[in-house]
Amino acid sequence: MATSLRAAADGTPPPAPPSSPTRRSTPPPPSGWRSRFYRWDLRLSPYAFVSPFFLTFAAFGLFPLLYTGWLSLHRVELGGDAEWKGLDNYANLADSEFFWNALANTFTIGVISTVPQLLMALGLAHLLNYKLRGRGFFRVAVLAPYATSIAAATLVFAQLFNTDYGLINTVLGWVGFDPVDWESSKWPSQIAISTIVIWRWTGYNALIYLAAMQAVPQDLYEAAALDGASRWRQFVSVTIPSIRPTILFTIIVSTIGATQLFGEPMIFGGSLGVSGGSGNQFQTLSLLMYEKGWVTGALGQASAIAWVMLLLLLLIGAVRMLFARANRKKLGA
Amino acid sequence: MTHTTLDRKRRFGRPAAGRQHHAGPLTYVLLGLAALVSLFPLYWNLVAASHSGERVVEAPAPLLPGPRLFDNLTFAWNQVDMGEALINTTVVAGLVAVSTVLFSTLAGFAFAKLPFRGRNAMLALVVATMTIPPQLSVIPLYRIITDLGWVDQLQSVVLPSLVAAFGVFFMRQYLIEALPVELVEAARMDGAHSLRIIWHVVFPVARPAMAVLGMLVFVQAWNDFFWPFIALTPDGNPTLQVALAGLGAGNHTVDQAVVLTGALISTLPLLLVFAVLGKHIVGGITSGAVKS
Repeated sequence: MATSLRAAADGTPPPAPPSSPTRRSTPPPPSGWRSRFYRWDLRLSPYAFVSPFFLTFAAFGLFPLLYTGWLSLHRVELGGDAEWKGLDNYANLADSEFFWNALANTFTIGVISTVPQLLMALGLAHLLNYKLRGRGFFRVAVLAPYATSIAAATLVFAQLFNTDYGLINTVLGWVGFDPVDWESSKWPSQIAISTIVIWRWTGYNALIYLAAMQAVPQDLYEAAALDGASRWRQFVSVTIPSIRPTILFTIIVSTIGATQLFGEPMIFGGSLGVSGGSGNQFQTLSLLMYEKGWVTGALGQASAIAWVMLLLLLLIGAVRMLFARANRKKLGA
Repeated sequence: MTHTTLDRKRRFGRPAAGRQHHAGPLTYVLLGLAALVSLFPLYWNLVAASHSGERVVEAPAPLLPGPRLFDNLTFAWNQVDMGEALINTTVVAGLVAVSTVLFSTLAGFAFAKLPFRGRNAMLALVVATMTIPPQLSVIPLYRIITDLGWVDQLQSVVLPSLVAAFGVFFMRQYLIEALPVELVEAARMDGAHSLRIIWHVVFPVARPAMAVLGMLVFVQAWNDFFWPFIALTPDGNPTLQVALAGLGAGNHTVDQAVVLTGALISTLPLLLVFAVLGKHIVGGITSGAVKS
């Protein structure tokens, strides 16, 4: 998932280079049909080249997006006709304890999976940035979880976290802890699900940080060292500020990913996955949407949940922009 | 964008020297630990797939490989049809990767090097689409594929993924630097039309980035879960991830060893790719990150 989002580092497209050179050097057109073909080719082929993306997006992105909005204002059953309901679906959500539960779960699982993940990735990147023997091995090793699918990773971790025979409780037993109920207790199950997310994405984020760290100019460190800064001090005062845009970017991508969390809780819960466990203790917004749409068959309600997710992401984006603006003011730029 | 010359040199593969501190023993211990934590679940997957179903769910869980790997593989392959799912996944991921790379290169070239009206606005739109969650389109998409009778048909998974905003952006970033505009102009002076330029100038220059993008998209399509899970059913024409979800939910079997053998089958091909091309993939991921 994150690959598809990674490039949106700062949300804004970088400025395009001036477009004049190609035009300026266009040779004087020859005559007849060739020249006409040539002119049409110059003018139209850029549109032809970008059209596959826009056609695909229009058909499978934009149209469904708007249609979902329309559906969210209706009462629709699977395979049935739509009946106008106005904002009823949204009002029902506001009244539904399942919705607030799913929203809270999405938030808590998001926080306990994103914060440790990014902190550990930062530390890992710092370690990988040393001059190392076996550097290639370590990099590929920490990236290996990224090659594992959500389904495969979750099935393995569901076994490791099993309350009765799982390795994690066995190891906890060696250290003298009682077995933890990783499946039906609220916090343990949310921690278990977050562990899967953390395991799959930490190495990936570490490599992104590593790339940013390697672009930090060497003389900044030399100057800091001359001033007597320790390694730790250099990390805090030079490395972290220098890679701040990258950190901000990974926070955004992880937040978007956390908002959409679906596969891990779904599969972790086994036959109870759709409801997020016996007491909905790890039902996320995506799971609730799926349950409403495909189990209950209330597509209008499911559509309303989807739009709430979009509104949440827009809200996060707005908060982010406010932060960015405040930062710029502080720097006096 | 600010470290352009630096990036060019170390773009794919070769890591540049950052800080030249040598690692101490503690660094190796911590990194060893991180590698262990990263690799252990994969190792344990292999262990679990080599035991009987009864042994896997017995405390304490096994830590060393057992004797039944081949039996489990045969069973998962024949009885649960992981073989069919493997073929489906390969077809889907292959088609999605090829088409995404092709269309992204075309669009990336246009955005990077061709002047046209509305280019900046269109590029902004491309980037903006990256933040739209897939949840927003699945319900209408599901209605559409139901109406078309495409439930359980692989095209319902392939078509929405024919090209991705990320790919367009990725190729644009690469071509801005890698493709000198003089090359394009020279070809035009020689009377080459756009398709010839694409074939003889753009593709050769873009090949390294196309390879990296192809791998990233292939991995992503291989592991995609949310939409395939809705569009395909475990009993119809599943991809590996859908088949696995079905196994895990106990539709076919509750034999955990077989379930984990399925997980192993789904993971192994990509792990092999990573083992062989690991360095290039690492280079690709980091280059994409620095660029953005």
